[in-house]
Amino acid sequence: MASAATTPLRRTSLYDTHVALGARMVPFAGWEMPIQYEGVISEHLAVRTAAGIFDVSHMGEIETSGPDALQFLQRLCSNDVARLEIGGAQYSVLCRDDGGVLDDCFTYRLGPERYLTVTNAANHAQDLAWFVAHRDTLDVEIIDRAEHYAMLAVQGPLAHEMVQAIANAPLPPRMTVAERMIDGVETLVCGTGYTGEEGVELLFESSEAPAVWDALVRRGAHPAGLAARDTLRTEVCYHLYGNDLETGRGPIEAGLGWCCRAAGGYIGAESVAAVRAAGPSELLVPFVIQGRGAARPGDQVIGGGVVTSGTFSPTLDVGIGMAYLPAAAAVVGNEFEIDVRGKHRRARVQKRPLLKV
Amino acid sequence: MAEASYPQDLLYHPEHDWARIDGDVATFGITWHAQDALGEVVFFDPPAVGAQLTQHEPYTEVESVKAVSDVIAPLSGEVIEVNESLAGAPEAINDDPYGAGWIVKVRLSDTGQTDALLAPDAYVALLA
Repeated sequence: MASAATTPLRRTSLYDTHVALGARMVPFAGWEMPIQYEGVISEHLAVRTAAGIFDVSHMGEIETSGPDALQFLQRLCSNDVARLEIGGAQYSVLCRDDGGVLDDCFTYRLGPERYLTVTNAANHAQDLAWFVAHRDTLDVEIIDRAEHYAMLAVQGPLAHEMVQAIANAPLPPRMTVAERMIDGVETLVCGTGYTGEEGVELLFESSEAPAVWDALVRRGAHPAGLAARDTLRTEVCYHLYGNDLETGRGPIEAGLGWCCRAAGGYIGAESVAAVRAAGPSELLVPFVIQGRGAARPGDQVIGGGVVTSGTFSPTLDVGIGMAYLPAAAAVVGNEFEIDVRGKHRRARVQKRPLLKV
Repeated sequence: MAEASYPQDLLYHPEHDWARIDGDVATFGITWHAQDALGEVVFFDPPAVGAQLTQHEPYTEVESVKAVSDVIAPLSGEVIEVNESLAGAPEAINDDPYGAGWIVKVRLSDTGQTDALLAPDAYVALLA
């Protein structure tokens, strides 16, 4: 029995669908989410070779609108939001004054003065509070849209045509967003994803999710869980907040300098610029285990450093991951040893991404 | 195998291992519950023939996509045979945990240790 102090886990509008599919449901960031259906390997390979469908309704959304929306987002987002055209998508991090990363997020520009920022589930409440705390006197409206939206990710080489078949107009290209009718449902279609594959992310009113999900599964999209989402993103070296990103580290160390543009004057820009100028003391690098076995998050690197993402790669059939190494060791081709449960496993620094899709 | 099963002819260790006892020799493996919780096994390093196993102590590891887990010896003894086929096909631990997925055969040093193991019904009750 749950104690009175335990916050009940939240369920997405697809909970019954997942259970009917035989999903293993686990607690994740305060939500009860499907970690896998048939098995992580088959789900992973379905996304790489055909199409997978993920319920990512636990992700949060913050809508920002009004005459000062751009000026406001420039303060919060590390990227130069002024470069974001209507219908565009942009990745950035939210930093503290000291450059520590509070979250990473995608911002979509829905209209001249209207933006939607997609946050990580675990950080959403804190992000929202951060947004509200920095409104000051700006003429901007901040609306929490997390309850409103369900979010599905349809990813893989066949994803586009599957979604297109039930869409009323051509889908938006990569890194853009457009309003479309999908299976008769008003949808924000985003040309983004977390797998490295072609595909889209679909946002619509939460009660619509089961019907759209079923329509796509009928067309051949394989239900895929959070475990496959993690192995897929690790192969293409996308960061996971809480693992590869945290408040104790900055974006330069994480290899995210490309989305930090001082032009916007974002919070933390001076600290980030100082690290960039001096050179970071550690860097996040992708690695491949030499031989059998996998390293796991938290495993220590001999001589300094730590694994922040580590898994078996179903595509490459080898242990892979990402680790923070002292900058001098963070050189492609350099080999290092990881303490994996008391055994030393050899790893080699690789170029990003580990898998070219 | 997709459905949970706990054969009647085995004894069970509460840390999700089974033993099939034949005189002073026993075969060890992990239970349906253990392989289901672990997920698809991708790596397995068999222990060496001749290794001495101690009851309740780990003697090898199985590694799945997402996790690695110790395998606990349900009884003490000396390894007399290892399932070499698991090195190339560790998925047998998932597909057939009580058959092709067996891990080691052990010459028991103290058959009286079986008193510490659970009958199938008691093990299933533990999982509930």
